[in-house]
Amino acid sequence: MRSLVAFGVGVLFAIGLAVAGMTQPQKIISFLDPWSWDPSLLFVMLGAVAVHAAAYPLVRRRTSPLLDTVWHVPTRRDLTTRLALGAAIFGIGWGLGGFCPGPGLASLASGDSNALIFVGALIAGMLLFRKTEPYLGLRE
Amino acid sequence: MSSVFHPLLGGALIGVAVTLMLLFNGRVTGISGILASSLGRPRPSEWWRWSFLLGLLAGGAVMFSLRPELFANQSGRAPALVLIAGLLVGYGTNMAGGCTSGHGVCGISRLSVRSIIATLIFMAGGFAAVQVARYLLGGAA
Repeated sequence: MRSLVAFGVGVLFAIGLAVAGMTQPQKIISFLDPWSWDPSLLFVMLGAVAVHAAAYPLVRRRTSPLLDTVWHVPTRRDLTTRLALGAAIFGIGWGLGGFCPGPGLASLASGDSNALIFVGALIAGMLLFRKTEPYLGLRE
Repeated sequence: MSSVFHPLLGGALIGVAVTLMLLFNGRVTGISGILASSLGRPRPSEWWRWSFLLGLLAGGAVMFSLRPELFANQSGRAPALVLIAGLLVGYGTNMAGGCTSGHGVCGISRLSVRSIIATLIFMAGGFAAVQVARYLLGGAA
């Protein structure tokens, strides 16, 4: 049942990304470029955050989710080098390719070779992080 | 496509999607975390992650069949650059514990300071990278 919900959430998420224009990397790149600014991403964030920020406190009034006994929401508040450095590396890659993970995955079915290359490299990057993490000496 | 209405509508659909994930499964919809946790031997308790990823692919396929123009990649980025971009995004997102969905949408919505800062750094890094790419590509970016 949880898997069915997760599948539906994935479908809806991908539809939202496509409707919003986020499966077109040039829109991401233009958002990050004040010299050819495309505000689309700002409105995507506004739309998503408005809905979820309104719903979040209402949902969390429940003692547990509908299909689980506990909440799995992150509660950390500490700011770490790891967070900042990782976010910077992510941002650079985001600006270079115009893809983040969601739109990359949702674009796979389109057969766009750049989306295929991106997702392959995305997975390789994750595995590379897993391998190199112990040597970085960054606090969890 | 309007650059205000459609993004707002698509964003709202994403907001509904992550709210359903929270309400039913009690989880944050962090795509990079879900993908990273799926890289390994699948366990029955982890099937929801695979289902989510499958849904993401299926939703993309449905939209592509209806409106292929929404998937037009006109970024002009060379495949080699996209490869480097993918490596950096994968490496960085797991280091930062989230991407634009986990930190950007879910984290900001619950006013997580970590997520707000991460998202601002995502954008600063992206801005810097776009400027470098523009310089390297001779203004074509």
